[in-house]
Amino acid sequence: MNRTGKTLLLIGATSDIGRATGLVYAMAGWDLQLAGRNLEAVRREADDIGTRSGASVSVHHLDILDTSRFEDFCGALPTLPDTVVCVVGQLGEQQRAERELDHATQVLRTNFEGPALLLGLIAERFAKRGSGTIIGISSVAGDRGRGSNYVYGAAKAGLSAFLSGLRNRLASAGVRVLTVKPGFVRTRMTAAMKLPPLLTAEPGQVADAIFSASEMKKQREVIYVRGLWWPIMLAIRSIPEPIFKRLRL
Amino acid sequence: MSLQGWGRYRNYDSEVLECLLPRSVRTMVSSGAGLIARGNGRSYGDAAVGEITTLMCGGLSRMKAFDPGTGILTVEGGTLLSDILQAFIPRGYFPPVVPGTKFVTVGGMIAADVHGKNHHQVGGFGDHVTQLKLVVASGELVTCSRTENPELFLATIGGMGLTGVIVEASFKMRPIETGWILQKTTVAQDLGGALKVLQATDELTYSVAWIDCLATGKSMGRSLIFTGEHATREQVTSRMPQAKFFPATMEPKLSLPFDFPAWILNRASVSAFNEMYFRAGARKAGPPSLVHWNPYFFPLDGIHRWNRLYGKRGFLQHQCVVPEGNALAVLGEMLERFVRSGKGSFLAVLKKLGRGGGLISFPTSGYTLALDLPATADVFPLLEEIDKIVVHAGGRLYLAKDARQSRQTFEAGYPQLSAFKELRRVTGADRRFRSHLSTRLGI
Repeated sequence: MNRTGKTLLLIGATSDIGRATGLVYAMAGWDLQLAGRNLEAVRREADDIGTRSGASVSVHHLDILDTSRFEDFCGALPTLPDTVVCVVGQLGEQQRAERELDHATQVLRTNFEGPALLLGLIAERFAKRGSGTIIGISSVAGDRGRGSNYVYGAAKAGLSAFLSGLRNRLASAGVRVLTVKPGFVRTRMTAAMKLPPLLTAEPGQVADAIFSASEMKKQREVIYVRGLWWPIMLAIRSIPEPIFKRLRL
Repeated sequence: MSLQGWGRYRNYDSEVLECLLPRSVRTMVSSGAGLIARGNGRSYGDAAVGEITTLMCGGLSRMKAFDPGTGILTVEGGTLLSDILQAFIPRGYFPPVVPGTKFVTVGGMIAADVHGKNHHQVGGFGDHVTQLKLVVASGELVTCSRTENPELFLATIGGMGLTGVIVEASFKMRPIETGWILQKTTVAQDLGGALKVLQATDELTYSVAWIDCLATGKSMGRSLIFTGEHATREQVTSRMPQAKFFPATMEPKLSLPFDFPAWILNRASVSAFNEMYFRAGARKAGPPSLVHWNPYFFPLDGIHRWNRLYGKRGFLQHQCVVPEGNALAVLGEMLERFVRSGKGSFLAVLKKLGRGGGLISFPTSGYTLALDLPATADVFPLLEEIDKIVVHAGGRLYLAKDARQSRQTFEAGYPQLSAFKELRRVTGADRRFRSHLSTRLGI
């Protein structure tokens, strides 16, 4: 298999979307840096991806809530990657987040603060080099706050806004910034939910959409993995607030 | 939850536990009883349904390491063969043995000691396993090989999951120059002819016969024998200069979206199919031609969920092996019964097997005949009659296909059964690991 000499940094490598994304890049000839909180689990994925693809894969410890370690983390990477994908996320429980400040804090920090600060830090290094692609996994839940999951949604809205700003600022510096909104994905995170088939993607489809938007069709920068989500969210965003607030969504 | 085998002829009740990490298997085993590991659910009968609990091992799907020097690949037990093919064919390696479908796990291939079209040359999959990691009845993780815990190793190969849960395995891949198979089709006009061709093609890597088990009289047992070799680069270049050495995997395009009505498969329709298939094959007979590895090894994988072909009632697969000595007479007698009953199927396969591997592995020197039959009431007594012929000839049935054989048939066919049972008793596996199959057959 042809190796490209390019490197992907994957943050949140043990999630289903992370694993699938790592495999797609490795099979396309990229080398990988996998980061995650549980080093044993990260190593399991690294061995798997390395064995399947022949890619060289390094493992790195990273806790997305431990922002004070981010500088050291970036400094310790063997090389500055060509592309970074952050798939870290936590759905949390909305009702618990309404009652427990700790839980709400964790959902906000895991989905917004951690990913935004880390990608921001890497963006500085990419800007200095004059190249790089930054890919954040946000969510359709961030397109408009809804009563059933607005804590998670607010964090994702924050991430979407952060990525949008970053894209705007770095467009002329040779750095691309992509926002990916997977919609429903069949993963461990959603294993207990009943999901509508037309709006639900497999982890492999999310991975293909990420790779394709980043490496092949380079015109789009905000990606809905299942296209049907775009008109749906457009409609949801266009409902006037006096009506919207009475809906149970 | 209700589980089925691939033949779908019966529902079995079993509680289901998902294994996501190799280490979680240890806790599940030590806190459970009456359990069995299930891979991708491709055994036909009740082998992969726990008497009380079924451990779903599809999540143990990570590859661990590959050494290009020795060709040894190490993977978790739930790794799919299709994943291995996808990752390694483009790099010039092929599994030592593949069964008739690629949608099986490595753990399942070892537990059934699956055989391929090359069994007469290289033995079963188990013969190429260099090491296993097994969670045994105590919940301990035990490493075993031909030199380390060899009794446990040989009982686990072909042991239908009844010694423990295979969480990791190492086996030797073989180098290939291309992803093409140089296939040759030979026509045999009757059973004797088919056995002669299989005998004569002993030197070739792959050989298998499709047998028309509805043909009567002089044509009884008429067959197409497909032999094959991994094609070299030179053979590919000289025949198809434009072809890629490693063609992309073609995925199933056809799918059976629903159960076929039962009347579609009847004597007339199957007979017509067989006639057509035989003639088409006979036209292709002659000089060898190049075939993509996927349709060559896994023709049925091209039809997603083909097990719905037999409708809601499901189907039974009968696969036996009989010793070489009087194979012609024995297989002839069996074919005659099938022909007379009109129950013959269009998926009948005849193949020569070599020596066996594990303690209760199915393969043993002789000829194996496999065919599908709808699970209708009149098929059961017919198969009882066939089993008598098998037992009388000193043969046995394949446990991975079985859903219905009697204890007597089973016990007669597996002479090392008592040693296997003793090992189960000593290790405590007899209480911990029990499938519907092991209970039915008293293993």
